[in-house]
Amino acid sequence: MFKNLTFIFKTFFVLSSLFLMLSGHAQSTADEIARYREMIADGNPSELYEAAGEELWKKPSGPKNATLEKCNLGLGPGVIQGAAAQLPRYFSDTNKVQDLESRLITCMSSLQGISAQEIIDAPFQQGLKKDMDAIVAYVVTYSKGLKVQVGIKHPKEKEAYELGKKAFFFQGGPMDFACATCHGATGKRIRMQDLPNLTTQAGAAAGWGSWPAYRVSSGQFWTMGLRLNDCYRQQRFPFPIYGSELTTAVSMYMAVNANGGVIQTPGLKR
Amino acid sequence: MKINLLKSALTIFLLGLLSSYALAQNNLNAQFERMMASGFKAEGIAGLDRIHQDETQKFCSNPVFANSKQGAAKAIQIQKINLATISQPTDGKYIGDWRSGESIAQSGRGATWTDKADTVNGGGCYNCHEIDKKEISYGTIGPSLWNYGKARGYSQEVLIYTWNRINNSKAYNACSNMPRFGHFKLLTQQQIQDVMALLLDPQSPVNQ
Repeated sequence: MFKNLTFIFKTFFVLSSLFLMLSGHAQSTADEIARYREMIADGNPSELYEAAGEELWKKPSGPKNATLEKCNLGLGPGVIQGAAAQLPRYFSDTNKVQDLESRLITCMSSLQGISAQEIIDAPFQQGLKKDMDAIVAYVVTYSKGLKVQVGIKHPKEKEAYELGKKAFFFQGGPMDFACATCHGATGKRIRMQDLPNLTTQAGAAAGWGSWPAYRVSSGQFWTMGLRLNDCYRQQRFPFPIYGSELTTAVSMYMAVNANGGVIQTPGLKR
Repeated sequence: MKINLLKSALTIFLLGLLSSYALAQNNLNAQFERMMASGFKAEGIAGLDRIHQDETQKFCSNPVFANSKQGAAKAIQIQKINLATISQPTDGKYIGDWRSGESIAQSGRGATWTDKADTVNGGGCYNCHEIDKKEISYGTIGPSLWNYGKARGYSQEVLIYTWNRINNSKAYNACSNMPRFGHFKLLTQQQIQDVMALLLDPQSPVNQ
């Protein structure tokens, strides 16, 4: 409790310093954010989400009044150390390739009896999605500093990669945008925002390896699910369904391209 | 005799390989269609029609083919189709008000599922282009447009080319990253005239 309180104070202090820094000079936002990252290297605000996630993981809940401690994220029941680093992957019990969020939906519904559809339909940052945010923050912390290691040995994993690649280049909507429009070349920006080239190892490692992240501008923790959702919104596409084969395939494409890159999750973003 | 037998065996083998490759591709395409159809839901103004591709979008979604020799021929055809859709200004005016053009270039609003049907769209030009040098927050996906008119002159030819390019950039480059502002009615005629002025009015700050 005491630790939490000092943490909140520290967070408040660095956030207000950041605000002062950003309002002072706009010329090098990237530098200022880099400085901010250093300042809070031992106290990313997503720690609050991680702590909540740990509680949700260990506390019996849902209609079955069970914990998530037997959830198998690919390395065995309950193993979270390094689990996020090897996702997405094929799971024989669902006969599907699943990423962290779609796998957690499976765990929450099979172990705890929570309705998968309710998780999918919940608005971002609210209700069951808020729980999901916290659990995701908790799990990805245990892959921080590890290398992305996603396999494409199983035929379904190969297929997910190929489907994700096609989705990445798929143009549509009134602006003809694809993921590739912004993330298919190196050294490009939108306004001041640097865009990682997700078709290269370095770019994919930078992008895939730093989400989920805490977003300073919105004061929110964003999972990869929300990150992809907002990309599609800005692409002027219809609404991608949470935890769908589509978003999993796009994740698979990014993750495999990122293989070998160092994971820095939860990240810290503008 | 033996050699012939070997030859035909080899041919059968190769054909088999090819057809299994083709089958795998067909299978992947069918899987992809199914995944896309089940991957989205309509939300606000962003309906499912947005993932029904036109010929240009289909062509540009396969960069491997688009950049091949065969693709180059198809690209010319795509450009022709797009050029044919452009209409010239109904009032004969190419140049509007550069001040209004600047605010249209600044705004990246419109056409997302969080926008309303009556949200005034922006051009989002600064997202990808440097335009007036005073604006330092610009993107680099497109080329710099600083001194656009000063560098090219203000001839009728330049006016028409620029009008066409804003209306439908795919008329000149089949897989240009730039949205087709006229084709998809993202900007009104008046808005396009104003953006034209930002680039091609000798008084515009862009041409100082």
